Amino acid sequence: MTAPPAPPPVAAPLVDVRDLVKHYAAERRWFGLGRPRPPVRAVDGVSFTIPSGRTLGLVGESGSGKTTVGRTMLRLQEATGGRVLFEGRDVFALDSRALRALRRRMQIVFQDPYSSLNPRMTVQETLREPLEIHGLAGTVAALLDEVGLDAVFAKRYPHELSGGQRQRVGIARALSVEPQFIVCDEPVSALDVSVQAQVLNLLADLQARRRLTYLFIAHDLAVVRHIADDVAVMYLGKIVERAPAAEIYALPRHPYTRALLSAVPEPDPKAKKNRIVLSGDVPSPAMPPPGCPFHPRCPHPLKSARCRTEVPPLREVPAGSGHLAACHYAEQPMK
Amino acid sequence: MTFGSWLALVVAIVLSAEVVRWLRHRALRHERWRRFFRHPTAAWGCGILTFLIIVAIAAPLVAPLDPIVQPDPVRLKNHAPSLTFLMGTDVFSRDVWSRFAYGARVSLGIGALGALIAVSLGSCVGAVAGYYRRWVDAILMRGVDIGLALPRIFIVLMAVALWDRLSFAWLTLVIGLTSWFATSRLVRAEVLALRERDFVVAARALGVPSSRVIFGHVLPNAAAPIIVSAALSVGNVLLLEASLSFLGIGVAPPRPSWGNMIADGAVTIYTAPWTTLFAGLAISLVVMSLNAVADGLRDALDPRQDPA
Amino acid sequence: MTATPAAALLRVRDLKTYFVTEHGRGTARAVDEVSFDLYPGETLGIVGESGCGKTVTSLSILRLVPEPPGHILPGSLIEFEGRNLLALAPPELRSIRGNQIAMIFQEPMTSLNPVFTVGDQIAEAAIIHQRLSRRAARARAIEMLKLVGIPDPEQRVDDYPHQMSGGMRQRVMIAMALICHPKVLIADEPTTALDVTIQAQILELLDRLQHELGMAVLLITHDLGVVAGHTDRVVVMYAGRVVETASTTELFEHPTHPYTEGLLAAVPRVDTPRSRLHAIPGQVPAATAWPTGCRFHPRCPYAWEKCVAQEPPLLDAGGGEGEGGRHTARCWLVTEPERRQAKR
Repeated sequence: MTAPPAPPPVAAPLVDVRDLVKHYAAERRWFGLGRPRPPVRAVDGVSFTIPSGRTLGLVGESGSGKTTVGRTMLRLQEATGGRVLFEGRDVFALDSRALRALRRRMQIVFQDPYSSLNPRMTVQETLREPLEIHGLAGTVAALLDEVGLDAVFAKRYPHELSGGQRQRVGIARALSVEPQFIVCDEPVSALDVSVQAQVLNLLADLQARRRLTYLFIAHDLAVVRHIADDVAVMYLGKIVERAPAAEIYALPRHPYTRALLSAVPEPDPKAKKNRIVLSGDVPSPAMPPPGCPFHPRCPHPLKSARCRTEVPPLREVPAGSGHLAACHYAEQPMK
Repeated sequence: MTFGSWLALVVAIVLSAEVVRWLRHRALRHERWRRFFRHPTAAWGCGILTFLIIVAIAAPLVAPLDPIVQPDPVRLKNHAPSLTFLMGTDVFSRDVWSRFAYGARVSLGIGALGALIAVSLGSCVGAVAGYYRRWVDAILMRGVDIGLALPRIFIVLMAVALWDRLSFAWLTLVIGLTSWFATSRLVRAEVLALRERDFVVAARALGVPSSRVIFGHVLPNAAAPIIVSAALSVGNVLLLEASLSFLGIGVAPPRPSWGNMIADGAVTIYTAPWTTLFAGLAISLVVMSLNAVADGLRDALDPRQDPA
Repeated sequence: MTATPAAALLRVRDLKTYFVTEHGRGTARAVDEVSFDLYPGETLGIVGESGCGKTVTSLSILRLVPEPPGHILPGSLIEFEGRNLLALAPPELRSIRGNQIAMIFQEPMTSLNPVFTVGDQIAEAAIIHQRLSRRAARARAIEMLKLVGIPDPEQRVDDYPHQMSGGMRQRVMIAMALICHPKVLIADEPTTALDVTIQAQILELLDRLQHELGMAVLLITHDLGVVAGHTDRVVVMYAGRVVETASTTELFEHPTHPYTEGLLAAVPRVDTPRSRLHAIPGQVPAATAWPTGCRFHPRCPYAWEKCVAQEPPLLDAGGGEGEGGRHTARCWLVTEPERRQAKR
């Protein structure tokens, strides 16, 4: 593996994820008495860094492990292996007290605005709870104002709000503890297009105002384009490509990224680009294919026997560019 | 029946009707209570329960006679219901109505307290097992399996063998401590689903302590099944008390409970059916009323049904 | 109204589907005077956000709206090959449902019955409508699975829904819908629950099948990208109303209604660099209380007094005469185009 040599003057990243692994043990056969089944490799050696104040877009389809990455980073699920450093401190080594303190620094915004708020608590109760627990001076009114909601919503229950309004409350709840880092787990996927734009703009404004750092998880490369500085693409628990946003959209070096890009339906009837429609389904993460995990669906013309046997490492192509791709043929990307 | 007890009875009936009326009046202003009364049987259930509770509390007033006193075991035994003896007399010439009123105290008391113990314990065990999962869950649920597999009569018989006669308090405790298993399974299943909901994950991410997550976020959202299970528990405990008393190992005679009233009257069920009829009827009515009230409460307490 | 009214396969006129809200406190006018035509062999897109009435419209066509609380008001017309579907007796309606007009839904997991094999479910319609024997129906089911691109159809025909992936299940749904060779396929958000690469597969499949079988498709979606790539004409809905209709190319080139315009600008695109997205302010109003006048006026950047007072009819927006039919928009800007400069 060729690690990208970071130039010395660059400050340490806020978030540093190293070789993160999360396997789910499967039930043994024969009612727990037989051989164990292979574990589900939800996340299989994922590494990335996010500098302070920047946004990494993490893109993948269902089953790629992108949500698990976000949750294990916040220790909402225990990781199987690897390390997560937040400001240089190992998150997985913290005791429960230090973890409580860390909860204030790292937060999460969820995808489904219908399940992310407690249906039995008013907006006010939802927002006041974290303020109380951490003894913070913030007020519910200030939080609502910051996410663009009128103060009258404080007394409402979640079911009295629209999807976009709920998502704003979810964002306000994350902001209540004044975090530096927020995992945005598909925050706009469940919203209507016009509301989606409102929420994306809100997230961008908050980032600028509060110097926030985001891990923005999405299944859609189009949404990520509007918020991310860097983009990482996941497939079957692994990052297959990672690059600055401008790079990855201009010249995707992994055939999967290329296919994802071309699969985004463009709102332009004249855009008759060379659409790549992948065949087949995503394989089960319990039994990933040998070699390159993408090879059974890969449309790359140079695909060879090597792809079926040898796992391509995530390497920098071309050297020194900061553009990483896990493809044996990254030098000759698909057009 | 003395004039005093007639008066008290009438007052009790009027009072319970008045309570239901007051509740309905309030209901017009509150969406939740309006949903409660949308169940046609909920109001009836409320009324019947209120009436029986008033009778239990005011037993010394509504009962004309001491429930234990046998006025004239020769001439007044198995007297049919009349204006003097509202529900007749039993084989020992005791006034069934007086025994019914005092029996309501014992039976409803055991029912309510036993169910309270059972539901609290069952909810806590279920919530802890469902929330922490892994070995906590495995141990607690195997315990529950054993509890469900042991016949309760057997446990109570053991208790009786150990302490001879059980006092009211001990009887309630034993019944409560052997009635929570089903509730804990129900709550556990609910909690297992709720703990994966994003708002619970969010609470954990905010650093909310586990106890507060369980009691502040998870359990309130499991309120509907818990309430239904509580209502059913009261009925179950009532029936258990009745069967234990019928077997002679429940409430010690001559103290009346609806259970041992049925036991006492069982021998004369053909000649004097009133000695068992009213107690049996009361048990069925309470169980049915509780089910009706539980249905109403389940809807009333669901904030998702509040208007937007 | 239209150039060739006789040729329309499905005519919807003044469709009103209302819902009585609980306690009878209000009426949700979910679909309010919706009219459109579907011609043989074409794909018509109905696009709009949640709450605009597009799904209720599609359910109304086959009278699948739950009654109560919903009801289709008298005066509505849904004409299929000259017969008013709203006036048909239940047995006649059943002979059309699933046979001449078929439907596929958004959620392929809940739309399939988990206790029957996919083969049985696909064959069912053929047994009912075409009176095929079990054996013949099974053969047809295998043939259909092959048609929708499921590998090893002879084996997969005996699978249960849970043994298949989301994309496979949606293919099964399509096979079920198409087994009787319907003249009209209503596809209600067929790819919303699927991953992007699977969405691309399913959309390509629908295009291919339409071409091969020559059916008309009513594609209901919230995604303007899907509309752009896969439809011939578009109906844009907002707040229970049709607000704009045009051929697809015309609509994307000259969006006339401010809602269409706003929606187009709000779509995140992969080909534009990082930038602020255009957002339509506010929320979709509640169906029990649509705004007066033009229903979009509270969110509209051009709205003036007339828009508050008086609702515009569908006005001819010019252009697009020809293959795609007329371009109409429910907006007073059509009559006063100079106001487009006075954007708030």
